[in-house]
Amino acid sequence: MNDKGYNANFINRQSFIELDARERATALFDAGTSRELLGPFDRVESPWLAMQGVTPQEDDGCVVMKGKISGQAAVVVALEGAFQGGSIGEVSGAKMTAAFDLACADNERGIRTSAVMLLETGGVRLQEANLGLATIAELMGSILALRKFAPVICLTAGTVGCFGGMSLAAGLASYVVMTREARLGMNGPEVIEQENGVEEFDSSDRELIWAIHGGEQRYATGLADALIDDDTLQIADAIRRFVSMGVPAVHRSSQVALYRNRIAKLDTSQQWDPKGFRALWTTNGSSEEKR
Amino acid sequence: MNEYTGVRGTVWFRAFTGQASPMPGDPKSVLTADAPLGNDHARFLCVVPDSHARFPCARHGEVGLEEAATLATRVREVIEHDKNTIKRPIVAIVDVKSQAYGRREETAAIFLAAAAAADANGSARLAGHPVIALVVGHALSGAFLTHGYQANRILAFDDDGVMIHAMHKEAAARVTRRSVDELEKLAKEIAPMSYDIRDYAKLGLLYKLLHVENPEKPSQQEIRNVESELIAAIADARGGPVDLRNRLESTAARETRKASILVRTKLAAQWLEN
Repeated sequence: MNDKGYNANFINRQSFIELDARERATALFDAGTSRELLGPFDRVESPWLAMQGVTPQEDDGCVVMKGKISGQAAVVVALEGAFQGGSIGEVSGAKMTAAFDLACADNERGIRTSAVMLLETGGVRLQEANLGLATIAELMGSILALRKFAPVICLTAGTVGCFGGMSLAAGLASYVVMTREARLGMNGPEVIEQENGVEEFDSSDRELIWAIHGGEQRYATGLADALIDDDTLQIADAIRRFVSMGVPAVHRSSQVALYRNRIAKLDTSQQWDPKGFRALWTTNGSSEEKR
Repeated sequence: MNEYTGVRGTVWFRAFTGQASPMPGDPKSVLTADAPLGNDHARFLCVVPDSHARFPCARHGEVGLEEAATLATRVREVIEHDKNTIKRPIVAIVDVKSQAYGRREETAAIFLAAAAAADANGSARLAGHPVIALVVGHALSGAFLTHGYQANRILAFDDDGVMIHAMHKEAAARVTRRSVDELEKLAKEIAPMSYDIRDYAKLGLLYKLLHVENPEKPSQQEIRNVESELIAAIADARGGPVDLRNRLESTAARETRKASILVRTKLAAQWLEN
């Protein structure tokens, strides 16, 4: 992975993070092969937001695109972090789930179709609370069904990151791709501080936040499969590589014994230094029991 | 913490299995037992509080790293065991206040441990195991995603002590900048926001709402009734598809989740165009 040092082509880079969800999704497909499904002109928007005085968006902050990646059928779902923090409402959740179910049905018919989810989200949209949560559960069920046939790749580029219930969806992915600007975790620092106090997590401590949730740490501890610079070409290249790799022998979320043993060995009497943690959870679990 | 958290879970786990203990090597916070249920031998699982849990942020009934990893292990055990034989029912008794909110949890990727438990339950369902969730108390947020929400059929008590929600009231009020009173008022008008299990039922996600006079002290007759409801839910699950489509096909869902159904219909039509 190109994760070390300074890139000589820095000036020629096109930032992926600066792209919106639609541009991000388009950038991952073979040029000219993608088309958006249920786009803004279809105007399927959240029925719950207006009731609460929040302006809905015509795509509900979720872009679905179908096309080809490395010549193979693929679907990309991308959350727009700029709309309601990328939160999952009834419609955005249903769009992702329906797209994955259709991809799954195509795979069952022999049309190999991979999936990529671009997650920039704080999780459930609180204005749609229980439907947001329910749709995340349904999405997770659809990921489990689809990933038997073709890889489901999670890309979290930043800067919103991936939190809350959607971090479980990321956890089910066949491969996780991150940038240094991305964060991945279940509970954000503010929530932890509110629930368990500033001594548990000081949410103003930027360094601590990145040291725990940041892409570099997740990659160094084997929780992400690639750490890529914020460069559109490199990111698209990584996605192509994982599409070609196909379904992993064992998904990370099915390696129960490995992670249960790792958790059992942790000394819980004190807080851990995130850097030191990298020595405990290495990128490679092959020397430990893998099942 | 809800005064009922843990009490109800233990009461109902014991009612079905005749005991309330973890399996050897497991943390005290996860109860697992196999017990007869109709003509089946079902696996029951429940998360309960352990005030001496190893992880300080998981001592009040939260689903933390060890709880999630244990649930995943105990569910996978059943999948493995029944690989070439009749698929046993898996029953999640749900009374969980939340996921564990801690720095250690985040560092050691609680998102992955939770995903692993959901993976185990979802994979069991896809393999043909009837996976049933019985919500006897709280089923909140990430904790419910971890334990229960991958079930083919969800049953809950129609009781004020039962709450299924994305975020507890105080936090939701804080985040949406409302008072708890305002939030409750709004929740009354908007079904997915409501904290009332009877409103939750309107979303169409539940297989059935059951009535028990006092869920902390059920009578023998009530236990037998709930048991036969579980048996019926298992039979229903075995007769249907292994995915979660039933949640969108219920009468209530066809009313409340019109937008979800519209998304699916339109997307399916556009998927085929070229």
